[in-house]
Amino acid sequence: MIQFERFLLANGLRVLVHEDASTPMAVVNVLYDVGARDENPDRTGFAHLFEHLMFGGSVNIPEYDAPLQRAGGENNAYTTNDLTNYYMQLPAENLETAFWLESDRMLSLAFTPESLDIQRKVVSEEFKEHYLNKPYGDAWMKIREMAYKVHPYRWQTIGKELSHIEEATLKDVRHFFFAHYRPVNAILVVAGNVKVDEVKSLAEKWFGPIEPGEPYRRNIPVEPAQTQARKEVVEAKVPLDALYKTWHVVGRTDHRYHAMDLLTEILGGGGSSRLFQSLVKEQKLFSNIECYHYGTMDPGLLAIEGKLVKGVSLEAAEAAVDREVEKMKEGLIDTRELDKVKNKTESMIAFEDMSIMNRAASLAFYELMGDATLMNKELGKYQSVSTQDILEEARSIFRPENSDTLYYKAAGN
Amino acid sequence: MTLNRTIAPPIKDAVAYPLSLKPYTFFPLSNGVEVYSVDAGPQDVIQLEFVFDAGNAYEDQNLVAASTNYMLKNGTNSRSAFSINEHFEYFGAYLNRSAYTETSTMTLHSMSKHLPELLPVLRELITESVFPQEELDLYRQNMKQRLAVNLKKAEFVAGRLIGVSLFGQEHPYGKYSSAEDFDALSREKLMAFFEQYYKKGRLRIFAAGRIPSDLEAQLERSFGDLPLSKQGLILPTHTIHSGSEKKAWVTNDPDGLQGSIRIGSLFPNKHHPDHPKVQVLNTVFGGFFGSRLMRNIREEKGYTYGIHSYLQPYIQESTWMISTEVGKEVCEAAIAEIYLEMEKLRNEPIGDEELNLVRNYMIGTMLGDLDGPFHIIGRWKNLILQGLDEEYFHRYISLIKNIPATELQELAGKYLQPERFYELVVV
Repeated sequence: MIQFERFLLANGLRVLVHEDASTPMAVVNVLYDVGARDENPDRTGFAHLFEHLMFGGSVNIPEYDAPLQRAGGENNAYTTNDLTNYYMQLPAENLETAFWLESDRMLSLAFTPESLDIQRKVVSEEFKEHYLNKPYGDAWMKIREMAYKVHPYRWQTIGKELSHIEEATLKDVRHFFFAHYRPVNAILVVAGNVKVDEVKSLAEKWFGPIEPGEPYRRNIPVEPAQTQARKEVVEAKVPLDALYKTWHVVGRTDHRYHAMDLLTEILGGGGSSRLFQSLVKEQKLFSNIECYHYGTMDPGLLAIEGKLVKGVSLEAAEAAVDREVEKMKEGLIDTRELDKVKNKTESMIAFEDMSIMNRAASLAFYELMGDATLMNKELGKYQSVSTQDILEEARSIFRPENSDTLYYKAAGN
Repeated sequence: MTLNRTIAPPIKDAVAYPLSLKPYTFFPLSNGVEVYSVDAGPQDVIQLEFVFDAGNAYEDQNLVAASTNYMLKNGTNSRSAFSINEHFEYFGAYLNRSAYTETSTMTLHSMSKHLPELLPVLRELITESVFPQEELDLYRQNMKQRLAVNLKKAEFVAGRLIGVSLFGQEHPYGKYSSAEDFDALSREKLMAFFEQYYKKGRLRIFAAGRIPSDLEAQLERSFGDLPLSKQGLILPTHTIHSGSEKKAWVTNDPDGLQGSIRIGSLFPNKHHPDHPKVQVLNTVFGGFFGSRLMRNIREEKGYTYGIHSYLQPYIQESTWMISTEVGKEVCEAAIAEIYLEMEKLRNEPIGDEELNLVRNYMIGTMLGDLDGPFHIIGRWKNLILQGLDEEYFHRYISLIKNIPATELQELAGKYLQPERFYELVVV
């Protein structure tokens, strides 16, 4: 049970405080309700590029990192398709330094051309390092484009292509900032060796004077239900054929989410999961196989991905995957198998909640979903999933017309 | 009153923090197995790490140590690989294994309440593993496939080659795997290694988290009667054969977009007095986001997504390594800047402001790193496995707070000499 207090500043900034006196540290986590799904299709990768610019100095403080390091702190940030999250940890006595830095960059950035110029290059290298200069690194770009026709999940957070990042202008940066980086679109979580009253007065002092901004109205096209199976074949300089097969699934806030998550775990989680046991160990068709999803806010994808044993055809491998997912539709699974994935979930949550950094990020995330108290109800939701729910979920997901398949072939095979 | 946002709030200086390493509880099992434990944490979870003197320094054929370690979960007299995995996963536990140069480990993460169901099976794995031929064949095939994919990654290839340059391919810190090595593995070899280094080997246990009151009794019941070795094993001697070529450019993929740069040198191990001192120098050089290498090569030039330097503290010897992935067309320019940053550290003392920032950063993050039972036991484990004690920790803290800029400059003059380094680019 994670205890916290919550209050709202007059400018609309939501503030959550989680006290933990057992640590000497404080964590300050600022989540902005903007991600790659909010980008213009001609300027993809922008939310992430922007995250880099948030470290390029703010209106009153020329350098972000150095003052924090001097206060004994460190920080980082990440951008997903749904949100952008900034977090830092520092000795609790220096908490005010965090408020000073975070509030100034919410007030306004410095918007220097030098920072944009450099970060465009840095992000281009990041694009190369993680997506282009890596075997199978572009597979998900292809899958997203196949599976989504109108929803912005059709591109990755890094962007569709390098040119979008290279063409970003300072005008774009300014516009993005004032549309999204306002108190009304942000959630501040302070955790660790702090007191609610202390956080209240610091929040009023540093964040209170910031203009609220306009609430952002998300107007994202809904992806129409897929009615026909899609398949693509690509060839690249990789040593092994790989199979990627995905199905459309519900989003993070849907009541069916927890059953879908456990279904994924039954198929692909660990050495006793169904896909590993059947396809790697018994049938020896794949040298590795995984089943996962990204838990996106809007309806997402459940993916099965594996590399084929040399000599196995992609058709045979896909047919074997299909047989395994068909089995999930045929009847109720054993209660022990469901208990297993519930037990794994219970301990995973417990391990995640060991660190204040994770607790702070989770509180922000659940608050974004509508209510941070949901965090403490999560385990109960997993525990109430029945074998019947799993069956229904499997039947609803694993329909051929709901699937997108990518054959990633080794050139020359 | 208007708020003046240009003035930083006052901070408490790092040097004012008294840092201490929470002590461990020690008890030996009746067969001499040493158990170190740290009881802390907000959740009912435990981490138990079983450390065997069974790293690749003990093997006489490549990959035997790593493969034996990997296959500890693949079958015993009475359990199949599936049944082993299913048992741990049913109780929501994660059992991982890793092989290093001197040691190999099995690490259990579990809810504390489930330990009584898990420890007897763990005992079975380290006493009754049978390494089924079919499992070995499958492992061999799948590992060769994985290797084939990794060999397409410049950073993977670069990591292997720089190790060979520094230590030679026969040395445990330099050798790497090949498809032929996997082919040469036999069940008999693994069984023999298992017999010598697990069943009769040396085991130390590191526990952290919410420690059950009967942990000692539970460990005694499952492991106290095993015929394990009471002392450290004799480590076979290995001679370092560094390469004669100091510079290499390797083309792994003619169409590659980036070069993996590795610039590395040998460096004394943690027992040498310079080792903790150079940790401070290294932090300034390339050890954190505000380091000189990061500011110059990422934040000023935009050549890379990241650049780091670090000391890799092996037991026998360390390495000092600079590592980055940069655009292919700017590899040479990036390398020149790396040497320029070495030169600056040799020629000019680090300024007060920068050095104070680094001291504060190191102490502040150390305070965070000592937070929570897993971090604390991790520090202790590193000290104990290196044959060091709390004195090292306190000396290190004192050095961070006090080492003068002049001494850091002398250390740069001694160690940051280009001729000490091997330079490698893999595209």
